Amino acid sequence: MAVYGQVILLGMMLFVIGGACVLIRRNLIMILIGVEIMLNAAGIVFIAASLRWGALDGQAFVIFIMAVAAAEVAVGLALIVYCQGRSGSINADTYNTLKG
Amino acid sequence: MWLYSLIFYLLAAVILSSTLLAITRRNLVHMVIYLIISFFGTGLLFFLLGAPLLAALEVIIYAGAIMVLFLFIIMTTPSEGDQEKLKGEDPTCQSCGPIRLLHTGLPILLATTLLVVAGLFIFADPEIRVALNPAMASPAVFGRFLFERYWFPVEVASFLLFVGLVGAWYLGRDGLGAGSMARVPQSEEAESENRGEA
Repeated sequence: MAVYGQVILLGMMLFVIGGACVLIRRNLIMILIGVEIMLNAAGIVFIAASLRWGALDGQAFVIFIMAVAAAEVAVGLALIVYCQGRSGSINADTYNTLKG
Repeated sequence: MWLYSLIFYLLAAVILSSTLLAITRRNLVHMVIYLIISFFGTGLLFFLLGAPLLAALEVIIYAGAIMVLFLFIIMTTPSEGDQEKLKGEDPTCQSCGPIRLLHTGLPILLATTLLVVAGLFIFADPEIRVALNPAMASPAVFGRFLFERYWFPVEVASFLLFVGLVGAWYLGRDGLGAGSMARVPQSEEAESENRGEA
């Protein structure tokens, strides 16, 4: 299928956008969102590969990616609330206690 | 086949632009709205690529559950996004009429494009349905495959979700985070204030 390469390109661009979000934004919530976007991009590529080779394994892996994303978001947001309660800020730049 | 390509390119444009807009927003609620548009587009893309069950799950889990969880946390934590202010987003600016129009017009444009694409799916001529059908894995077939070939990873994933649940409960319970840690300095401050008054 000719579309396959283009789907890979779309997934790649989404992954780069998510990575840029993780690296550039200083808000902890935005960092978690970036990770979500990257996982979603991986899922798109898995489904495209599943269509390309006519096997259902790729779609099965997307189910697991979704489970991992849901668990990661639950624990990550709980951690954000915990850090916010401890330090009063969700700006990643303020976590510099280890700085000499 | 040209309709297939047209739908793909429209969806790709919507997904990419709404994700790009989402990660550049200062306002976190706007970010969530743009990401919901992006995840709806991704769900339609999954449907286009022959995964109807995953398309439904994408909308339910990503656009539904995860984004609502984010919205909940954004609402409960004080808005930290104001500190990351960039220039050019001054709400009192007089000459930003076009910019404000863009701000309201873009989400409407993106959502309308998604609706048009969904309409193309529903009202597509039979020819296209025939072109899409061979690649389509029905939910029944996919579920049977999942529990025959991947029953053990499914169990591991359910255990992972359980661990996530317990971890979130442990981090969020009373007396660990916002409770005790914040209460101690507050009481010290109150004591020092009392001493000052005395």
